[in-house]
Amino acid sequence: MFEICIPFVKCIPSQALFAQLLLGLINGAFYAMLSLGLAVIFGMLNVINFAHGAQYMMGAFCAWMLLKWAGINFWLALLIAPVIVGLFAILIEKIFLKRLYNYDHLYGLLVTFGLALIIEGLFRKQFGSSGQPYDNPLPGGTNLGFMFLPTYRAFAVVASLVVCIATWIVIEKTKLGSYLRAATENQTLVRAFGIDVPRMMTLTYAFGAGLAGLAGVLAAPIQNVNPLMGSYLIVVVFAVVVIGGMGSIMGSIVTGFALGLIEGLTKVFYPQASNAVIFIIMAIVLLARPAGLFGQTK
Amino acid sequence: MKPIYLAVGVAVLAVLLALPHFMYPVFLMKVLCFALFACAFNLLIGYVGLLSFGHAAYFGGGAYIAAHMIKVGTIYIPFVGTIAVPPVTPEIGILLGTLFAGLLGFVFGSLAIRRQGIYFAMITLALAEMFFLFCVQAPFTHNEDGIQAVPRSPMFGVIDTTNETTLYYIVLVIFLIGFGIVYRTVHSPFGQVLKAIRENEPRAISLGYNVDRYKLLAFVISCTLAGLAGATKAFVFRLASLTDVMWQMSGEVVLMTLLGGIGTVFGPIAGAALIVGMQNYLATLGEWVLVIQGAIFVACVMLFRRGIVGEIREYFRVRRAAAASKAADEAAGAATGKTTAPVA
Repeated sequence: MFEICIPFVKCIPSQALFAQLLLGLINGAFYAMLSLGLAVIFGMLNVINFAHGAQYMMGAFCAWMLLKWAGINFWLALLIAPVIVGLFAILIEKIFLKRLYNYDHLYGLLVTFGLALIIEGLFRKQFGSSGQPYDNPLPGGTNLGFMFLPTYRAFAVVASLVVCIATWIVIEKTKLGSYLRAATENQTLVRAFGIDVPRMMTLTYAFGAGLAGLAGVLAAPIQNVNPLMGSYLIVVVFAVVVIGGMGSIMGSIVTGFALGLIEGLTKVFYPQASNAVIFIIMAIVLLARPAGLFGQTK
Repeated sequence: MKPIYLAVGVAVLAVLLALPHFMYPVFLMKVLCFALFACAFNLLIGYVGLLSFGHAAYFGGGAYIAAHMIKVGTIYIPFVGTIAVPPVTPEIGILLGTLFAGLLGFVFGSLAIRRQGIYFAMITLALAEMFFLFCVQAPFTHNEDGIQAVPRSPMFGVIDTTNETTLYYIVLVIFLIGFGIVYRTVHSPFGQVLKAIRENEPRAISLGYNVDRYKLLAFVISCTLAGLAGATKAFVFRLASLTDVMWQMSGEVVLMTLLGGIGTVFGPIAGAALIVGMQNYLATLGEWVLVIQGAIFVACVMLFRRGIVGEIREYFRVRRAAAASKAADEAAGAATGKTTAPVA
């Protein structure tokens, strides 16, 4: 047991510091997965998906319902729930978004905002505003000497890191990814080569939403499963996206994790500002580098 | 001005003056406050093409400052100390709330206009969330309770505001002033430049306009009027609460404007009346209000993007165009001695 001091600020026990850092890392993992999905969707569809928070919440509720009503455990839910959210997203894309590609981008934002209200309202109607508990599938933890590491939290961080890196590899290093990047740059040309771009757009939206659903499942054992869990997060994730810029996949991942850590540190040293710190960083980035840390001016 | 417009204007004014004798004044005042809020919002989205998703910050900010100044008055500034100010009269309180919203709009606007399009919406939303978090923590807002029981002290120290019909006329005057400012702004050379920026920003820049300054000024005007609406609402309903600054409120004003018609002069008023009316009549439905609002959003975007007033205007425009082309055809036919009717 030892203390860590920052001169003129304060001293805190290492346990508290590392516990908050781990919490920050977990939040960062969710920011990274969500902003990654937003960036991929925006790149391909030119739509800011306001329903992203609702889809994250749906992922968590899918896991909860699968466990409660069908007895399907967490590990299977980790596979099934994102698929359900993704299928639902395909419906949204086919029914609504597809018809709006020729209009101003703002309409995509507005229609997904309306859908988010509908989804959230229905879940609130059904489950109330208080949370539903979800049992931790990996109880226990290890004492590392300088901190106590709960097994599930370590798993959540590693799992989301793996998912983020895998997404990056698929987009940057595979043939499919090269089609995707090409279609982001110039759709008409890619279509001329005989690639089914409309289907790629549908699948991209489903993939981004599925990623949000997966984040929701991972969050379920940590937070209460709650109809409102997505609507606060989406605003923070928007700020993360503004800070990182949506130009680069790796940029989204790095920014997400880094901001989670910074938020955790703020919680230790100046808890009053911990909720606002990401927005303050956003303001500073806008002043210093308006295009975002990894963004290109467009 | 054409005599017909003058006649319509006089008729509308007469209806507005007579309305509190037929309808519940409190409901009408709520409609007027939200109509002003929506008009202020429409100035940005309709005439500059900027979608602000954080207008609740200015509405709620105006509401909090006005409510605090009318009820308590004392100001606390960090590092400076407490300044004992007695509670002010309503018109001063509303003015201070409005000015605060304008100032907040200037600060947030300077940041937000640094990015365009879709990012602008996200930045304004995030900044409004920051202001919301500030309101949750600042002691003078009383967190969940809000500032309650704001006294209905006399306007200018003389006009009795406890009478709801009198209060309605005061709110009507405030609304008409705000509406007049929006109307003048839109129909001025300044407004023409704003529309040019909306249509083609690079071209406006190449013509030598300092686009950022025009955008910022439009943003500040819009925020100031949103603050005026919020401050008036706080005084009329004697309450400023977290609901006024929440992002749901930002969503509501977008919905009102979208439903009524983006970029139309009277659309936001119609939209505000419909949404406020819906909330009043469906208040018992609880969570369903959220679902219904979402459904209206989706329906507006998918089915009638012009909004109610926009669709009506379009209908008349198409009819007039058809009539004009028919008249032109007939004139052409008469001139050449042929008819445009198909030959049997």
